Amino acid sequence: MTMPISVVIVDYGAGNLRSVVNALRILDCTPVLSSSSEDISRADAVVLPGVGAAGAAMKELATKGLIDPIKIHVSSGKPLLGVCLGLQLLLTDTEEGGLAPCMGLLPGRVKMLTGSVKIPHMGWNQVKQVRPHRIFSGIPDNSNFYFVHSYYAEPTEVSVVSGTTDYGLTFCSVLTRGNLVATQFHPEKSGELGLKFYANFVEMASEPIQC
Amino acid sequence: MLTRRIIPCLDVKNGRVVKGTSFVQLKDAGDPVELADFYYKAGADELVFLDITATPEGRQTMAGVVERISEKVFMPLTVGGGLRTIQDIHKLLRAGADKVSLNTSAVMNPTLISEGADRFGSQCMVVAIDAKKNEGEKTWWQVYVSSGQKPVKLDAVEWATRAVELGAGEILLTSMDADGHCTGYDIELTRAISEAVNVPVIASGGAGSLEDLYEALAGGKADAVLAASIFHYGTYSVAQAKEFLAKRGVPVRLC
Repeated sequence: MTMPISVVIVDYGAGNLRSVVNALRILDCTPVLSSSSEDISRADAVVLPGVGAAGAAMKELATKGLIDPIKIHVSSGKPLLGVCLGLQLLLTDTEEGGLAPCMGLLPGRVKMLTGSVKIPHMGWNQVKQVRPHRIFSGIPDNSNFYFVHSYYAEPTEVSVVSGTTDYGLTFCSVLTRGNLVATQFHPEKSGELGLKFYANFVEMASEPIQC
Repeated sequence: MLTRRIIPCLDVKNGRVVKGTSFVQLKDAGDPVELADFYYKAGADELVFLDITATPEGRQTMAGVVERISEKVFMPLTVGGGLRTIQDIHKLLRAGADKVSLNTSAVMNPTLISEGADRFGSQCMVVAIDAKKNEGEKTWWQVYVSSGQKPVKLDAVEWATRAVELGAGEILLTSMDADGHCTGYDIELTRAISEAVNVPVIASGGAGSLEDLYEALAGGKADAVLAASIFHYGTYSVAQAKEFLAKRGVPVRLC
């Protein structure tokens, strides 16, 4: 018998993390909500959820000593899923609240949404799958997912853009690089297809891509 | 393209749904968890819960209800009613709510909006506005608080603008003239607010037909429509509403 996959959801402050835990709980894994660097080091997979402001989030992650464990986890090739702000924090820096550094796992900048659109971008919008990845397994192209954000990521390398969404402009809504996956939308708020997204992520954790 | 949202609204008192529903398929139409799950499966885009409980003990019940809902319902949840402090807001977000809706407390203590936005982000701060039309030399809409019992010296359009400046990420707008009459939303009010602010506006109060939903979205320029009776009493299903809107060219999420 194999051990259940352990998935650590990084707890770095306020917001709705319960839904992420609940989404993973119904899958074949053991979700743990934690802000301990030891837990992250031991995890098979890590979810970096996202709520609130980027600056405050980076400060919380730094204070709790979680930035290095997250970077080590990613460089070891284990799966990580960034959600919403959790996607944005993977990039080099963000224009939110003046130019501020993020974790720098993927080169690129986070910018404010522009165009004649209401901000935040709030509601269900389509994700166009521009590059195949196993995270999309069983999910039809142009499916709707739930978004709530005012900033978007602009990665330097086009090769990491796997999904795009139109809102005022076309932005990167799914980022992938091997076992590193991130979404601008909230899969835990996106109904059955969102749950399928998490299921695919857990599947990745049980059989990671060999890099 | 961003789709327009269809949002059923449930009134909850002491942990039970009031203004009952008539779904024969439900074992307990008063159980908010069962109703939330019903609407989740029916393809609603989001749910709003309005806690009309008057006591602190009852409020504690609401957090528990939200916890149970978030175990099986994976869609956005907004909870409003009687939230007065940052702690009240935090408790509901931790329980599994995505957004909180402030009404009276936002008017009485506007800094609650900015404090909440700073701490939790604008995206989860909804300001609910109850407004009533005043027809004098110039038409304007007056803000009411305390469940529509008390008029205050605020113009709804000005208040909405101010609330957004303070950090509100969404406006939940209820026309008190139209609410409960099932004769259509106040389109003029909805459009005035939608054009005045750059955050999403949810139109509420008055939905009686599918045409009403269309009018609020098309004529009123609302980003979402909230309705209670037409869904709860089974007049129309969420799917019927969406099919109707799609045929009229409104982008909606079809399940």
